[in-house]
This record gives sequence, structure tokens and C-alpha cells, in this order.
Amino acid sequence: MEHAHTLQLYGTAGVRYNEEAMTRSDVQLMLDVKAGDEASFNLLLQKYRTPLVNFLYRMVRNRGTAEDLAQEVFLRVYRARKQYSPSAKFTTWLFRIATNLALNSLRDNRYRQMDVSIDAPVEEDVAPLQLPSRELRVDEKMIERDRSEFIRRAIATLPEKQRVAVLLHKYEEMDYGEIAKILECSESALKSLLFRAYETLRVQLAPLVSESVANRAREGRP
Amino acid sequence: MKTCEDISKQLIAYLDRRANSAERHEVEEHLAACSACHERAEDFRKLWGVLDEVPLVEPSLGFDARIRARIAEEPRRGWLGWLVPQPRLAFAMTLLLALSVWMANLPREGNAAVSDQQDFEAIKDLGVLENYDVLSKFDALSEVPVDAAPADQQAQPVNPASDQQPTTEE
Repeated sequence: MEHAHTLQLYGTAGVRYNEEAMTRSDVQLMLDVKAGDEASFNLLLQKYRTPLVNFLYRMVRNRGTAEDLAQEVFLRVYRARKQYSPSAKFTTWLFRIATNLALNSLRDNRYRQMDVSIDAPVEEDVAPLQLPSRELRVDEKMIERDRSEFIRRAIATLPEKQRVAVLLHKYEEMDYGEIAKILECSESALKSLLFRAYETLRVQLAPLVSESVANRAREGRP
Repeated sequence: MKTCEDISKQLIAYLDRRANSAERHEVEEHLAACSACHERAEDFRKLWGVLDEVPLVEPSLGFDARIRARIAEEPRRGWLGWLVPQPRLAFAMTLLLALSVWMANLPREGNAAVSDQQDFEAIKDLGVLENYDVLSKFDALSEVPVDAAPADQQAQPVNPASDQQPTTEE
């Protein structure tokens, strides 16, 4: 089930999957790793490196940092192999580690920036999100070129918890229970969190969603 | 009918097709009557399509090699490793030992008082006991009841001074 889900998510992007990784469950692979089978660890690595790097990239907005954090996630999984017990889904565990590392990295980066100078410019890969002017018609060509970047920036402006919720819900297609466990909140709280996050994105990405949404926002209508 | 706020908590699950039939019915009833929520639901659907446009990034070519190299650097526990305690266990044992030593060295007020009393009892009559003259004339010892003496001494007179040394009066 989990494998099919992953194939559905990432299969179209041309990511190659080892057939063996697809036929054995993650839990079984992890139990084999626990028993000392390093080949099973390689299968898990092959299967989750792309989703993890993408999740972390969308979280921290820096590709190098995302890769470093993904490495750290796999290393922690490997180090914890002897203590592994299949009490929860493997992906819950994996993305919980990734979420914690990403949030710590974002906070560390923030403190480091505060340390240097409170007036120093923000050292991110990208400039802060510039919403298209509501007075002017959106430049279609610019949006075409930077469309993906525009969406990534919009996601990056969400509060941390909302960002994690959207990434796990939209891109990892996790169920509410799994996301709630990762975020340590109730399913009800998660649904409210998701609603607020998508509502923010709906306004932020209004030019891409629909002209009518932008018009309504301009007129101050909900 | 439910309010817009009530529906906001159910809307995502409805659009996800993860709502149960009762919830689905409630949301559909509200959307049919509320144009703002209806429009929001449509926008959310479009928004999800927009979010799908973000292409995946591929990990760099050296990603797997790097992680394998890092794993190869991890310390291995051979058979000798079993003799080395786990760091957490070693820490806990050290802490327990330190706590035991500390507790053993704590001053015990109650016991100290009892001990002082015993010492005092032991030495308070020492001067008298060391004075032979006093001891040899200590007739009060003869009044000690026979029952209190050991069984093998019961037949003898209970005056320790009498059979050891003649008195000066004799």
C-alpha cells in the first residue's frame, strides 16, 4: 500500500525504484536492517532519498542544507536500527526525524542571523516573497518563468507547523492520523491547521489560482 | 445547517474524499447554500493543482556515496563490544555508585546520638573499675542475685574480691 502510494507520487518524475524495495514492506526492510542486513538499508535509502530531500528542500529553502539534513536523517535511522520496533509506520518515524531536524535547522539559522547583526539581510537562497501588486495586472511571462519558485516561496512563508502539515498532506499524501502524530497534535487540530494554511496559500497564490480570487481579495471580500 | 466555521473544519477532508457520508452530506448541503464557501472549495481544488506544478528536485549524484561513507565511519561493535557497557547504562551505573557513596557519607544524627550515649556508658565507670582498692571493697557486688550469674558460677559465692586476694583486714 505504502509502496504503491510512493510510486504514485514519485513515479512520474522518473525516479527509478528497485523492484525488491517495492515488494517488501518498509517495516520488514527495517527489521532486516536491524538484523544486520545492510542491503535492506540501501533499499530504504533508494526509496526515500528523493521524497526526503524534496520535503526538506521545501522546508528549509536551501538545497545543500536539505541534502545535509536528509543525510542526517538516514544516519539517525541507521544508528537507531538496533532499537527499532515496528510500533508505528516507518514513514511516520522517518518524517518525524526529518521534521525535527528541519525545524531545528531553521531555528539555528535564525539565531545565527540574529547573532551576526539584527540589521543584516536575510541569508536565504531567495528573497522574501513579493506578492504581485494588486494594482497591476500580473505579468504572465514572469509568472510562467518563476511559477515554481513563486509557489515554493509562498509555501515557505507559512508558519512552520502549517508548512509541515501542507507538505506532508499535499506532497507525501499522508493520512491525517500520521501527520497528527508527526506534529504531535489532534486530528481535529490538524484539519484546522490545514484549512488555515490552504486559505493563506489561496490568497498568496491568487494570481495562479484564479483572477477572480485576486479580485475578491482586492475588494476585501472573503 | 452548519456554519461556515463548522464547515471549515470538514472542508479539507471533504475535498480529500476522506470524509464519511454524514460529513459529506453536511458539507454538500452547506456548499449548496453558501456561495463564499462554495467558491473557497473550488479555489482549494485549483490550488492543489497549482501546488502540483512544483517539480521534484533530485538528490545530487554523490548522495548515496556520501551516506555510505558516513555509515562506514560508524563504530562497529565486535564481540569485544559486548564487554563495553552502553553509554547510557554506564552513565546510570556511575550515577548510582556516586549516589550510594554520597548517601553512605551523610551524617546520621540519630545514630550519632545513640553512639555517643553508648561510649559514655562504657567509660563513665572506668575510673572506678581501674581502682583496685575501691573494687575490692565493693560489697555491693555480693548482693547481685544468683540468677544473674552464669550457670557454672552459681554454686560459688558471688564476691569476686574474696577468692582473688585476701583483704587487708585479715
